[in-house]
Amino acid sequence: MPFDASPRTRLTDRPSVLPLRLDAVALEAGRHTLIDSLNLELDRGPRTIIIGPNGAGKSLTLRLMHGLIKPTRGAVTWAGAAPGRRRRMRQAMVFQQPVLLRRSVAANVRYVLRVHGVARAERAARVADALERAGLAHLARRSARVLSGGEQQRLAIARAHAIQPEVLFLDEPTSNLDPAAALAVERMIDEIHAAGTKIVMTTHDMGQARRLADEIVFMHRGRLIERTPAAAFFADPQTQAARDFVAGQLLV
Amino acid sequence: MDNFGAAFETAFALILQLDSELVEIVALSLQVSLLAVACSALIGLPAGAVLAVVRFPGRQGVIVLLNALMGLPPVVAGLVIYLLLSRAGPLGEYGLLFTPTAMVIAQTVLVTPIVAALTRQTIEDLHSEYDEQLRSLGVRRTQSIWTLLWDGRYSLFTGLLAGFGRAIAEVGAVIIVGGNINHVTRVMTTTIALETSKGNLELALALGIILISLAILVNAAVMSLRGVTARANW
Repeated sequence: MPFDASPRTRLTDRPSVLPLRLDAVALEAGRHTLIDSLNLELDRGPRTIIIGPNGAGKSLTLRLMHGLIKPTRGAVTWAGAAPGRRRRMRQAMVFQQPVLLRRSVAANVRYVLRVHGVARAERAARVADALERAGLAHLARRSARVLSGGEQQRLAIARAHAIQPEVLFLDEPTSNLDPAAALAVERMIDEIHAAGTKIVMTTHDMGQARRLADEIVFMHRGRLIERTPAAAFFADPQTQAARDFVAGQLLV
Repeated sequence: MDNFGAAFETAFALILQLDSELVEIVALSLQVSLLAVACSALIGLPAGAVLAVVRFPGRQGVIVLLNALMGLPPVVAGLVIYLLLSRAGPLGEYGLLFTPTAMVIAQTVLVTPIVAALTRQTIEDLHSEYDEQLRSLGVRRTQSIWTLLWDGRYSLFTGLLAGFGRAIAEVGAVIIVGGNINHVTRVMTTTIALETSKGNLELALALGIILISLAILVNAAVMSLRGVTARANW
């Protein structure tokens, strides 16, 4: 008899990589401090939206979390463990400027499935499913690089979601899109969240933050200024900087 | 200027007659140069890609050397290969001197730096675009090199064409290591050199016209492969 048959430790049920912890994380370039002693813990559930003016360090924070860059001080840990390739493969990231391979739409999705060791027999169905969800099924054989901006970003999100990540990072995914295309992207993000993926996203679009956020992380000049449930944040920001930002005033 | 008109006539006559000696020379030219380009691709594409992606001490020096080797004088390359392959040389026992194989080796030495240097440039640009995305996906270093080579394939074709241009037009290396032996190692450029020195300027010029036409044909054939020109600038 196995001595422990609890569902948590079955091989099929991979232990979560969350919570994600940032302990006094700092990033310095020369004499400039880009990120200053950031403390933050993110767990399953709420859609976390990071907002703040340009240069606040939102994108860098996502990259630090995802392990694309290393902090110069402090530590990033995933469920208590240091970030690494295997833990990163349980996460996905969508960039502001989508990076699509110079291949067909379908081949872009197929590629990430192959990298993630999805069996050949399973790939076709998962590619079709991903493209269906993104509304790109009719463009499957088109070159990915000739899609419109909105279609490109939807493909990037569909590709990220195809590997069923536990966490999805999105760096200003709609900043280059018109309102209709941005709305389609927001719908996809909602669906992915509803299916159980943790969403961590940056934006400087306040309307979008109001629509999507469950909680707000407000950053300014490389520091975390406040972290508040979304409703409370927009109704009554706790700090002067956040009040100014919500009111649409220039932050310098 | 009578030479030019007469040369065109001679060239057409040679082509129309399908002169067997001409066909043999053209076939050997293409065979040697295409083989050399294939060998250079096998070496230069992966080497250039690794140089683009992997950071190591002395990398900048290697890049400078590679770029300099693009202008390696064929005569010098030929001389070095000659010394290596000659009876007394370290590779003398294989008896390769004055064979088409020696010519392929010499042209490979000339073309590989071109392929590697152009690959390095292409892949480095692509790498700066793909790097974060590929790392985000958990793509390993070796796998990412193949990904970059595949995605850069349309631009890399241009590099191979440049290499082919160098190989087919080159005379200094093949004449030294091949020896311009009739029916064995005689190619278009060595024939032109020979006919010029014999004073058969008209025939030499006619052969030159055929050589240039061939180069244009090969380029056109590659560029007309589906989408090469359209996609090279993506």
